[in-house]
Amino acid sequence: MSADALAAETAFPDAAGHFGRFGGRFVPEALVAALDELDAAHRAAMADESFRAEFAALLRDYAGTPSLLYAARRFSAKAGARVLLKREDLNHTGAHKVRNVLGQALLTRRMGKTRVIAETGAGQHGVATATAAALFDLECVVYMGQVDTERQALNVARMRMLGATVVPVTTGSRTLKDAMNEAMRDWVANVDNTHYLIGTAAGPHPFPALVRDFVRGIGDEARQQCLDLTGALPDAVTACVGGGSNALGIFHAFVGDPQVRLYGFEAGGDGVETGRHAASITGGSAGVLHGTRTYVLQDADGQTCESHSISAGLDYPGVGPEHAWLHDTGRATYAPVTDDEAMAAFELLCRTEGIIPAIESAHALAGTLKIAPKLAADLGREPTIVVNLSGRGDKDVHTAGNYFGVLDKE
Amino acid sequence: MSRIGVAFDKARADGRALLVGCMPAGFPTVEGSIAAMTAMVEAGVDVIEVEIPYSDPVMDGPVIQRASDIALAGGVRTADALRIIEAVAATGAPVVTMTYWNPIERYGVDAFARDLAAAGGTGLITPDLIPDEADEWLAASDAYGLDRTFLVAPSSTDARLAMTVEHCRGFVYATAIMGVTGARAQTSEAAPVLVSRVRAVTDLPVGVGLGVGTGAQAGTVAGYADGVIVGSALVRCLLDVPDLDTGLAALRALSAELAEGVRNPAR
Repeated sequence: MSADALAAETAFPDAAGHFGRFGGRFVPEALVAALDELDAAHRAAMADESFRAEFAALLRDYAGTPSLLYAARRFSAKAGARVLLKREDLNHTGAHKVRNVLGQALLTRRMGKTRVIAETGAGQHGVATATAAALFDLECVVYMGQVDTERQALNVARMRMLGATVVPVTTGSRTLKDAMNEAMRDWVANVDNTHYLIGTAAGPHPFPALVRDFVRGIGDEARQQCLDLTGALPDAVTACVGGGSNALGIFHAFVGDPQVRLYGFEAGGDGVETGRHAASITGGSAGVLHGTRTYVLQDADGQTCESHSISAGLDYPGVGPEHAWLHDTGRATYAPVTDDEAMAAFELLCRTEGIIPAIESAHALAGTLKIAPKLAADLGREPTIVVNLSGRGDKDVHTAGNYFGVLDKE
Repeated sequence: MSRIGVAFDKARADGRALLVGCMPAGFPTVEGSIAAMTAMVEAGVDVIEVEIPYSDPVMDGPVIQRASDIALAGGVRTADALRIIEAVAATGAPVVTMTYWNPIERYGVDAFARDLAAAGGTGLITPDLIPDEADEWLAASDAYGLDRTFLVAPSSTDARLAMTVEHCRGFVYATAIMGVTGARAQTSEAAPVLVSRVRAVTDLPVGVGLGVGTGAQAGTVAGYADGVIVGSALVRCLLDVPDLDTGLAALRALSAELAEGVRNPAR
């Protein structure tokens, strides 16, 4: 790829990592050298044919991509739209996250580092990181809030089986945001040999752009698959948004197609009006969290508020800065989906298609059901909607089983 | 010259380093933190660094995290922190403030600078704000005559170090180790190297923080730095104590030991 083409492709963010008024770097000076090193390695890697070829081969031979674009006919009939599911749930490790960890593990090796650290909420990113670390023979330490290690004991066991060390975090609210703080503290102290393998398109520059570049294959594939399948671009693309990596992954290829509407659905929890939610864009305000300026759930003094969602993967009080910018520019539309709405869509997909989605992805399905009638009315015809089915629901069987009351009593 | 600069000059003339002691605002309570900081001044701490607690303090180790959590759980607000700064400044000791960026951005950068200056604060240490992102703070600190202390680290390149120091006023904060706050058994070997790198590009005084917990360590750091910054070791005096008075007695004793240390610089 030529320097010009690379520059055009990465026009956002700017050289200092700003997406409009969002993004940037709000970090201790001690980390700046490591972020600069990572930025340079990322730019060089993306311009290096051999790196791109190795990444593509791993995605194909190890992760099982391109993932299918599946026309979900029975779900479509209920939705009143032609719904095409981007089956990221079929990837190795069960979600889109494998793309990000493989890219960053390759980058870790390229930088000559031997140790990766990661934060995890429900454990999905931790498991994915432990997977890549095993494959690349890297030492792996995963920080996980103590509350989450108890809720997600099976994922803790999986990480340990893969050779990772899991460190329960006992400070603050003992959840994902505190695990991220602890990972940053580890990184400041061990930056010489350690890469912080961040799990979403958030954090200080260059992480938001770097993660987006590793997951953008979702949208690149879906765009071509939709053209092949239907002969046209979709009318809308939908995804759930927590930190926002799966949504950016599928949005990015369509940002330059103005006729394609982009919708991100945030975790509305009990409802944004109750204050118990994780909808940073629709229910938060601009601020600085975890090294970047973005939309944040915060109180009147700028202290971070705890988020609430039935979906552990969306339970985060911030969002990637590129989403904040896509919201401000109006290019993408963000709306909340409550726990109950998500679980209704979860059940509908199970019963109509024989697919158990991740509860995260069920938010995208629920949002799709909400927008389909309006879209049909606007267009005067049946709309085509590509939904990012970002992960599978195996990990959520316990939560969903409790929610629906289908677990036998002991 | 800034008030901090005057204090540094006086210490330099006396052949010693300045002792900067840090305490989170509102820890263990609003009144308790005023009592603690007053006790530190009485026992020989030259400059009080008031840390405004933040929910996600990524530069802080376990001791200051716990103290911040206790302060926030007690309901301390930014306005309370400004009241505490005003009360401690009334003792006559220079008071510098330290906090992460989001509470200030939320308060309003210009409004915060105005109110900090009105409370008698001398300036602000910004652990997660680098000059690259600081345009608004540069303008507000100029407008209200506040000092700006950005951090430099062993990993800073020469170019970044020079750029960062150029944006400082009052003093420069050199982080002695690559890591978070917290007392350590040994002080850093990287710190003297970093201080001499700073001295090569500025006449501003240099304070060294992260890791100092005893009078002997304070003396070692005083041998090459203008200021010795102590946080966690002082804060620990007030953690896990049966009552505030017991904690304050320990705090006075450690403050006096550190004050003695900075008066006996290792040469």
